[in-house]
Amino acid sequence: MISQETIVPGSHESLKTDELLINMGPQHPSTHGVLRVVIVTDGEIVKTARPEIGYLHRCFEKHSENVEWGQVIPYVDRLDYLASMNNAMGYSMAVERMLGVEVPRRAEYIRVIIAELQRIASHLMSFGTYGLDMGAFTAFMYGFRDREMILDIFEKISGARLLYNFMWVGGTYRDITPEIVEQIRSFLTYFKPKVDEYNTLLSYNKIFIERTKDVGVINLQTCFDYSLSGVMLRGAGFKWDLRKDVPYSIYKEVEFDVPTGSGEMGTLGDCWDRHIVRMREMKESIRIIEQLLDGIPEGPHRAKVGKIIKVPAGEGFSRTECPRGELGFYIISEGGTGAYRVKCKSPCFLNIAILDELGKGQMVADLVATIGSLDIVLGEVDR
Amino acid sequence: MTFDEVFEKLKTKFPDAILAKEETKPDPAVKIEPSKIKEILAFMRDELKFETLGCISGVDYPKIPALCVVYHPTSYTHKTIVALKAYLPRTEEPSIPTVTDLFKGANWLERETYDMFGIRFTGHPDHRRILCPEDWVGYPLRKDFKSPDYYNGMPVPLYFAEEEKTDTGGHA
Amino acid sequence: MLSQDSLVMTSVDEVLSWGRKNSLWPLTFGLACCAIEMMATGAADYDLERFGCGVFRATPRQSDLMIVAGTVTLKMASRIRTLYDQMPDPKWVISMGSCANKGGPYWHEGYHVLKGVDRVIPVDVYVPGCPPRPETLIEAVMMLQKKIRVTQNTLGIFEPRKHA
Repeated sequence: MISQETIVPGSHESLKTDELLINMGPQHPSTHGVLRVVIVTDGEIVKTARPEIGYLHRCFEKHSENVEWGQVIPYVDRLDYLASMNNAMGYSMAVERMLGVEVPRRAEYIRVIIAELQRIASHLMSFGTYGLDMGAFTAFMYGFRDREMILDIFEKISGARLLYNFMWVGGTYRDITPEIVEQIRSFLTYFKPKVDEYNTLLSYNKIFIERTKDVGVINLQTCFDYSLSGVMLRGAGFKWDLRKDVPYSIYKEVEFDVPTGSGEMGTLGDCWDRHIVRMREMKESIRIIEQLLDGIPEGPHRAKVGKIIKVPAGEGFSRTECPRGELGFYIISEGGTGAYRVKCKSPCFLNIAILDELGKGQMVADLVATIGSLDIVLGEVDR
Repeated sequence: MTFDEVFEKLKTKFPDAILAKEETKPDPAVKIEPSKIKEILAFMRDELKFETLGCISGVDYPKIPALCVVYHPTSYTHKTIVALKAYLPRTEEPSIPTVTDLFKGANWLERETYDMFGIRFTGHPDHRRILCPEDWVGYPLRKDFKSPDYYNGMPVPLYFAEEEKTDTGGHA
Repeated sequence: MLSQDSLVMTSVDEVLSWGRKNSLWPLTFGLACCAIEMMATGAADYDLERFGCGVFRATPRQSDLMIVAGTVTLKMASRIRTLYDQMPDPKWVISMGSCANKGGPYWHEGYHVLKGVDRVIPVDVYVPGCPPRPETLIEAVMMLQKKIRVTQNTLGIFEPRKHA
């Protein structure tokens, strides 16, 4: 209790101020899952924001040591559940590289088309939830409406809506039919003008710009220090995309640009830059799919790898560009039917580690904007 | 810059700390002296332009026996990744110097390796478990790890061994 | 329509159950993959609001339905119990997806996965699937509404449910 005598009218010096410890999460609407951030605030200013993870640790690496090579794919799907196709493609390519298997060209075409569709779906989700975090509910509804159309296509080719088990070692599980190609084409015609519409709706909205510009600035050196990848790197103005710089699959045959942030609305590498990079990447994905749709070659959609895969002894690190950054798989094989060790280098795990540094000195509301712009998926952070 | 060029440069700079080249396929690796990891990574970052540390993984080899820490320095300039392997004795808590002061991103990667393998990183600023709860017992990714029966009063396995005889639903 | 001096006879139980079943307020509680399908159920195409169950609340103190959507880990289990205890009575739980039901694909090697959320909180409806389709979740909600409809709760002396 503060006695009456200690308070001098008109003076704040005698008032005792204290830091406040707040637990944000694990159950919180804008932590995108079960992230827990331990925040120490001084009034409205964040002093430290320490992320605590592990609330969704599902033992992926233990599972992959104990099941066969092909059986890992369902678990890989569940890592980054918003971009299952990209994840499974990354894992399949890592195993194929160890095996030395050549994937048929038809399979490569299908894979890239599907992976780019998945990238659009994932970025739409990010667009929707980021809008939701910033208080714009319409963006969420629009994002989900268009995402459902992509899920319909995926459902036709694989039978599932979210976790597909479609990319297999050696190719894809099923072939795609001309009707599906038509459906993808009509989706693209529908979706192409939508990106601009969404930019008008959210990205160039005055309120949204005010909330996200100059907030959560990541510069390039910080990116290197923290091993950030993907949109973080491109948002900081560094033109690096594995699809372009270390091309895999058939990416070197298609034309596309790598959008980077330029500090249009404020500082280079702020939340708005990262948001706009995602929006522009959707356009590039559309471009890639359009180039590939017409020339899908005939042939098998899966290489013959046999039912029981035996990977020769060795080890390899291969990485692919997922919607959230570089997904790497470090695989050690001892020649058996299952892996000796699979280490998943997940982009979100490294991306969220920067939150402590970004959060210092921010307002509490800006912290939400920062977490949203990192676009994490907790399934991949905790694995 | 290919792997062999990087290996030659490292070998000339650190003749004692670079132990061998591991000719594994498809990616070869460099076997290094664990206590020199900091100097090697600093040299690679500053001189050879390996700007970032892509990954730190632990591997358990009960047959050798050894615990291994694998570093993957990544270069944007040369567009390449090199694997450095440091073998440690397979004891309860072997230790290796931390590289957190070179790459801040190593902080969480090292914590994860500690959590999963029990490898201690000396000089780490925040040496705690990261994925498992703080009061977790054992290191899950060691090959001899046994899943606990109970954690905080909650049963962990789906069925216990004695139940399995009568109830096999769900078991393969 | 009823005219001005009409009379409707019903029991208090009936009115209360009817009101409760048509205004379920779920807790925004996403754990893993299933949470995305839960969000899709609430979003444009499936629109859970049509069934009187769309007002997702961010705090457990305002909600009466918990949809456990996703894998429950041992680290998370105690938090789920806390959240459940914070919800006011009467409250219901839907366990969504195989992981929340029985550990899902993580049942064998998942040293850190709780094999079924019913080990920490009581569950009313189990929804199978990995992840369940939005239609399945809608059916689960309707099934729960059917259950609430027949519950006999007299005004004022609601008996708190027995905890597991």
